[in-house]
Amino acid sequence: MMKRDEMLKAFVRQRKDEIVVAVYMAAQELTHIAPNDLNYTFIGAMGQGSSHALGLALGRPDKKIVVFDGDGSLLMNLGSLVTIANQAPKNYVHCLCENGCYETNGSVPIPRVGQIRFAELAKTAGYKKTYEIADLGEWERELPNIIEDEGPVFVTLKVEPGETYPENFPRLYNVEYREKFRQTLAKS
Amino acid sequence: MADYPLTAESIKNQFKRAGIHFVVALPDRVTSHYLLKGLINDPEFKVVQVCKEDEGVSICSGLYAAGHKSVFMMQYTGFLDSINAIRGVAVEGHFPVCMVVGLLGKEPDVAPTQSKKYGVKIIEPILDVMGIERYLIERDADTAQIGSAIDKSFKNSSPSAILIGREPR
Repeated sequence: MMKRDEMLKAFVRQRKDEIVVAVYMAAQELTHIAPNDLNYTFIGAMGQGSSHALGLALGRPDKKIVVFDGDGSLLMNLGSLVTIANQAPKNYVHCLCENGCYETNGSVPIPRVGQIRFAELAKTAGYKKTYEIADLGEWERELPNIIEDEGPVFVTLKVEPGETYPENFPRLYNVEYREKFRQTLAKS
Repeated sequence: MADYPLTAESIKNQFKRAGIHFVVALPDRVTSHYLLKGLINDPEFKVVQVCKEDEGVSICSGLYAAGHKSVFMMQYTGFLDSINAIRGVAVEGHFPVCMVVGLLGKEPDVAPTQSKKYGVKIIEPILDVMGIERYLIERDADTAQIGSAIDKSFKNSSPSAILIGREPR
């Protein structure tokens, strides 16, 4: 099991120019750990991160899109696995932060906690490559392959809370930051 | 067909005029046969099929953030099913999501609010309370509104709803 913020820090150390779409706890933490104009946190409704990311991936096939989704979120939009696999964007990396609960909403366990193989669901849906990672060292070692693989790629990341970071939902959905994202992406 | 009041071609031409390439869609009985199938077969369009309508709201938003215009086609039932995504992403998030909504079961030339079909009757009041601009399309003469609705949505970064009141053929 990895601390989520340590997992994100390890990713940021290897980040190049990828667009990063993050939801809920991962989004809150990412805005503190590594502010970046290509961080996309403007999700607006639970479960929608993977779908925003598909729009970005289709609109900018020249850029790699890395999503940090949540297990509760994905359960709310499971059909998106099929939609994404059907479009088969080569530039799509779907990382699932599996913490087994709705952490933002009081840490209530998800249904069938610990019994679902999300990577298997993704494989059945039609993702090209899947990984299951629970160890920080393995995450650091596999990251270059994960980014280089032809997508869509799915990565289950077994995580637990690390340090606590201040929550700021208005920042996540801020329209000015969204416009800055658009402008930065248009130039890159 | 010459006397039929609404053609799929006139709607498609408005999409082209507005610079639409991406059409995100879940089949709607009002528009599937002539319009959606025509779009799928037209190389000028890229149709992205979704499994559930709320995905479409977000895919259009991601496309917008990546610099593209798109429209999102669905049945009114799908609109009702995806209200929270429309609220959080399109309205509060100020994303220009242009929804093309088929009013399945609406009686020809009857105002949607006067329809005997409950689901159809409530659509315009819901859009009004959400502050979403709406346009009713029943005849070819109405379709000029489609291009201007799309232009306005993208200019103001706000959602809009183009309501299709009868099957386009």
